[in-house]
Amino acid sequence: MVMQQSGMPHVSANGQSENSRWNVCIARIRDDADEAAFADLFAHFAPRIKGYLIKSGASATLAEECAQDVMATLWQKAHQFDPARASAATWIFTIARNRRIDALRKSRRPEPQDLDWGPEAAPDQADVLAMEEASEDLTRAIAALPEKQKALIEAAYFHDLSHSEIADQTGLPLGTIKSRIRLALDRLRHAMN
Amino acid sequence: MTETIQHHLTDALLMAYSAGTLPEAFSLTVATHITMCDTCRARLGAFDSVGGALLSQEDGAPMGAGSLAACLAAAKAGRRATPARPRFDALPAPLMDYVGGGLADIKWRSVGMGMRQAILQTDDRATARLLYIPAGGAVPDHGHRGTELTLVLQGAFADDTARFAKGDIEIAGEDLDHTPVADSGADCICLAATDAPLRFRGLIPRLAQPFLRI
Repeated sequence: MVMQQSGMPHVSANGQSENSRWNVCIARIRDDADEAAFADLFAHFAPRIKGYLIKSGASATLAEECAQDVMATLWQKAHQFDPARASAATWIFTIARNRRIDALRKSRRPEPQDLDWGPEAAPDQADVLAMEEASEDLTRAIAALPEKQKALIEAAYFHDLSHSEIADQTGLPLGTIKSRIRLALDRLRHAMN
Repeated sequence: MTETIQHHLTDALLMAYSAGTLPEAFSLTVATHITMCDTCRARLGAFDSVGGALLSQEDGAPMGAGSLAACLAAAKAGRRATPARPRFDALPAPLMDYVGGGLADIKWRSVGMGMRQAILQTDDRATARLLYIPAGGAVPDHGHRGTELTLVLQGAFADDTARFAKGDIEIAGEDLDHTPVADSGADCICLAATDAPLRFRGLIPRLAQPFLRI
């Protein structure tokens, strides 16, 4: 990933990108059990997690309960977050996905064995910055996708549908679905370069 | 460490694993491959990032009154530490939970011709099993009604398409009929996941199929 000097559109009024703002919040929870930082994260992410779970088929009540569980997990596992490996949104997505499988699917999703990353050193700031920029590039690339492709990717991630079930909902043949998802991912890759 | 792996996961499998939509038996096989393969681990990171980006753009549904306070109270009441899992080098960690230990703890059952298998408990949308093929042994010629993932944990096997060694995953669809043969040098142990019963060509294996549960 080439570091881009120009253009950081997702910058808030105080000059911080969205991602680095959430990274700071999670670090404050980890280091100081900072409730104000948690409240910021909660205000932003809890409704999004709830919306994701409702789209995945949860009732509003179950989605609300699970969104709280996910945010509580964030509080408890803040020390496991590594901003050089994933953005805050990505990390929270993985927690929410696991809760969804547990609560809605009543199934399990075995995780790979974690790598032995060695003694916990503070992550390299250049790595953290590169990850923040890559994540923001990807978010912009997805936002810029044609509506049909964006809807298919969202269906694949949020609606708990296999490709054949997506075909039932959209009326597209299976091969078309698969090639459109591939096309969308290719476009994302190009946008990232 | 893992640069010898030749056969990797497809984008479709990685995306479905990231999205969390695979049957448990497939997730187990994907997680075990990723444990052995840094290339696919990095690719999974990219697919997880797509999920993160979608979550960022989600419109959101308003949370109920008092939800923050309730959540914070629950968070503080819970445990903060997570216990580290013990590591057995002989078996990738995701499998240890299903086997209940290491290689020595696998409860093998003979299925004839020196082959052994152990069915792992997963949700019923697909089946996961460990297969033990003696050196030089062959799995009966079979086709597939659905998808079969075969991940090599030890030794190697070859079929008409290619040779698969430790860490390699073969992804067989309905179009593949094959007779995997283990290398003559070492016994081969594989993790196999199928989302439909295999369709054996010979009469006797077909009769045996209900008993083998494959």
